[in-house]
Amino acid sequence: MKTLFDCRCSEYVGGLYPRDDEAMRSVDAILDSSLVRQRPLRIPHLSEPQIARHYTELSKLNYGVDDGFYPLGSCTMKYNPKLNEDMARLPGFAGMHPRAPMAFSQGALQVLFDLSQYLKGIAGMPGVSLQPVAGAHGELAGMFLLKKHFERMGDTARKRILLPDSAHGTNPASAVVAGFSVTQIPSDASGMVDLDGLREALDDTVAGIMLTVPNTLGIFEEHILEVTKLVHEAGALCYFDGANLNAFLGKARPGDMGADIFHFNLHKTLSTPHGGGGPGAGPIAVSEILVPYLPIPRIVQVDGQYALEWDAEHTIGSMHAFYGNFLVALKALTYVLQLGDDGLRQVGENAVLNANYLQAVLKATYCLPYDRLCKHEFVLSGKDLADGVSTLDIAKRLIDYGIHPPTVYFPLIVREALMIEPTETESKESLDRFIEAMRAIAEEAKTNPELLKEAPRNAPVRRLDQTRAAKQPVLTYPFPEDA
Amino acid sequence: MSYPTDYKYTKDHEWIQVDGNRARIGITQHAQEELGDIVFVELPAVGDAAQAGANLATVESVKAVGDVVAPLNGSVAEVNSDLESAPETINQSPHQEGWIVVVEIADPSQLEGLMDAAGYEAFIAAG
Amino acid sequence: MLAAIGVSDLEALFRDIPQEIRDRFQPIGLEAKSEMEVADALGSMAARNDAATRVSFLGGGIYDHYVPSIVPNLLSRSEFYTAYTPYQPEISQGTLTAMFEFQTLVCELTGMDIANASMYDGSTALAEAVLMAERLRKKARIAVASSLFEQVSRVLDTYCWAADIEILRLPFDERGCVSLETLPEELSAVVLQTPNAFGVIEPLQGIKDQIGDAMLVVAVNPLSLALLEPPASFGADIVVAEGQPLGLSMGFGGPLLGIFATRDAYVRQMPGRMSGRTVDADGNVGYTMAAQTREQHIRRERATSNICTNSALCALAATIYMASAGAHGLRHVAALNFSRAHQLAKRLASMEGIELAFQGEFFNEFVLRIPGRAAAVHEALSEAGFLVEPSAVLEAYGLTDALRFAVTEKRTVEEIDRVVDIVGGVR
Repeated sequence: MKTLFDCRCSEYVGGLYPRDDEAMRSVDAILDSSLVRQRPLRIPHLSEPQIARHYTELSKLNYGVDDGFYPLGSCTMKYNPKLNEDMARLPGFAGMHPRAPMAFSQGALQVLFDLSQYLKGIAGMPGVSLQPVAGAHGELAGMFLLKKHFERMGDTARKRILLPDSAHGTNPASAVVAGFSVTQIPSDASGMVDLDGLREALDDTVAGIMLTVPNTLGIFEEHILEVTKLVHEAGALCYFDGANLNAFLGKARPGDMGADIFHFNLHKTLSTPHGGGGPGAGPIAVSEILVPYLPIPRIVQVDGQYALEWDAEHTIGSMHAFYGNFLVALKALTYVLQLGDDGLRQVGENAVLNANYLQAVLKATYCLPYDRLCKHEFVLSGKDLADGVSTLDIAKRLIDYGIHPPTVYFPLIVREALMIEPTETESKESLDRFIEAMRAIAEEAKTNPELLKEAPRNAPVRRLDQTRAAKQPVLTYPFPEDA
Repeated sequence: MSYPTDYKYTKDHEWIQVDGNRARIGITQHAQEELGDIVFVELPAVGDAAQAGANLATVESVKAVGDVVAPLNGSVAEVNSDLESAPETINQSPHQEGWIVVVEIADPSQLEGLMDAAGYEAFIAAG
Repeated sequence: MLAAIGVSDLEALFRDIPQEIRDRFQPIGLEAKSEMEVADALGSMAARNDAATRVSFLGGGIYDHYVPSIVPNLLSRSEFYTAYTPYQPEISQGTLTAMFEFQTLVCELTGMDIANASMYDGSTALAEAVLMAERLRKKARIAVASSLFEQVSRVLDTYCWAADIEILRLPFDERGCVSLETLPEELSAVVLQTPNAFGVIEPLQGIKDQIGDAMLVVAVNPLSLALLEPPASFGADIVVAEGQPLGLSMGFGGPLLGIFATRDAYVRQMPGRMSGRTVDADGNVGYTMAAQTREQHIRRERATSNICTNSALCALAATIYMASAGAHGLRHVAALNFSRAHQLAKRLASMEGIELAFQGEFFNEFVLRIPGRAAAVHEALSEAGFLVEPSAVLEAYGLTDALRFAVTEKRTVEEIDRVVDIVGGVR
């Protein structure tokens, strides 16, 4: 793949900024020579047409939700409404400095305040912070809240976080960054939290449990009230990873399930785009007991005016420089305002309908380790399809059919896992196309497995050598003069 | 591949070759197969304490991290530093050239609970 | 579809949620609105943000820079912004190639060996740098200049409290530069920012030699590096930055762009995603996520960081911006910033009762002391439609009667003249 460093440089004619010969002269005259840059700056200059061509070409090597079906389990790759993008580009929002006087920032503060109110409603919980800028960041904030709470209670023995073996990797990682240790609790045969295992693990050294609801198998914890009750009785608190909110949006609320902290992934459930890996947003909702510890500043409304509040005795402090990813929050607000309560409910309903439809049809062809009603996603296994054929091969062959592969090899408790989440924005036509492709691939696996093993053939590159990338990392452009 | 009959095996997929009061330790054929191409090995230092159940070394492949758990107490006498430049040796020869550490055994009785080759093969067959 | 599933109605699909929970549900009380109505409502909110239309001298880490049209134009290609993290590299070469370019550009600017593909923002990038230093040096103590931007300090305080890392603050001298006189021992890192909160450029020469085994962590303004010798030349171990000045709108503080770069030797400890060059089955060059075993999806509780989503699209914006400007363009715009800031500073400081607070060199931001009249000057400028930070911002650093000005390439000669006029008229 050509990089911009491979392009032929153009002569700099200074078209972007006003010409000012004085400027460079004043730098030379004023700036002390010990500070002046001597090291070369090897950033090529390309003309605007060259830039346009290069990045347009690169974009065509990508695959986004607008290109086709993107059933990445736990990622909720739903359609990103274009109104979101236009609102975020309004100069009245994009051109706002975060430290502008509050009197001149009322519109921006209202966006944050209004979204906070709606998120409280969706969660069914009394406190919200929009400051965390990613799901993992929300998890970290949640862990910080727990730490602060038990510190304040003088309950310093509580240093452990329980999590199921099906947890997303960010869960234990976040717990550990916050200074906790993690203890895994087993899942039972139906893929849910093993209540006996939980009872055994609970004691007064446990600060909390981190659960994804529904879990990463797409199965709703039917004993969720029992689980949260047991945890609360042991003096600990419940963190719910909200990555899978699409499963019950508009139908149920985590606050009603016993959650003490719940994080949203605005870039999943609330349609703000994924951006190729960010920026997203991971706001958190909290139960009454944790409200005092929420980050500062907080957005409040006093006498009809919106303001930032910095005074909070027990706050954990700040997770982010300012108020979170404001423009991302704006996109989520745009989405919520368009959907309304009816729309939100339809999201949950259609997400679950689509997933169950796919599961019901595909289980005839692929191994379904947990054969029961799922919520918005389900997990198949690629094992037993054909000898020597792995989930990786199936995934790569899907690329040849013009479909983005589902999530593979997660959750860890299923061998050769294939996690499929269609989302509500797929039509039946799109789902049926996927089913056809999956059936065709299953057939190929038996009759012509080379097609899978050599896949992808219809992609910009063939299968990439991951071992080489890991063993001899080349992370910057190899300029000839550096060799 | 068959598993050397003079080795002992653990449930964490390590093999141990006992020689006097020293134990040479590596990961099994099964383990390297599961991990895939190994790209990095994190070794302890000579002199480090080995504690049964605690992490002794780490083996990384492209997609996973495998913990080498100490099967017994002791101290690290030797490490296979060749693995630093050629981690793939573990894939190529997991039971011989791909050895990871040699531990001086503190308590020989700890060897008793370990599986023999037949036991280990049955263990992995059971899944 | 319901028939294929084998149920009679949609509600059957939700029977796994306990009835007790279903009964407690309450809607949020919002009626659906058409696209037109929502556009109208939000448009009104945008219109109530007067600050967006006023001439800004606000700074402190976030600056009013000009964003070339090519940047938002290319960013709006849906193949870029509706894509996910490049876990399937064969169909993500666009994202991965751009990440590789970004990493390279960051290394060029900072002089460091390796960089990740972005973090959330400059303040969390700094926090992660400190956590990394602590993992490597294993001392639960760091020394930090007291001249960091307020928001960066605030976030660092939070992360260090959670990680039980003690922070010792280092004072600044009369030049506005960090003083290492009281530097304690047994530190994992020494942290400073350049230009710092007063706009003063910290001379980095010799600092690495004074701090023993501690890692030198430097937070920078990436645009300033077009003119200034980068931290790598002075032995910095980790360089972080807030990348907003590189082609990002201010966006009321987010999304931002965390920049993180370090030495080759520390690659296994560096947090965040990285794109690495490799080849495909046909021997063609391609890119893929490298050294993923550091990351949470594999290492889980032993990951170098919990970061998953980062600021990829913002990194792409910065990449396109830097490519459009090139080294010459970056020097050009940095010089405009420098020269306009110096012009304004010189003209204001030449007035009676006004002086530069510090003698240290500065880039595009500076602090003036206006004893007895700072509040009046601030008010006069605000009335005239200019945005200037109030003196309260600097009181937190122990500076009274002081105002900070940031002057970017967008500030015209007319605007600068007007400011000088107004300030001159305040008695």
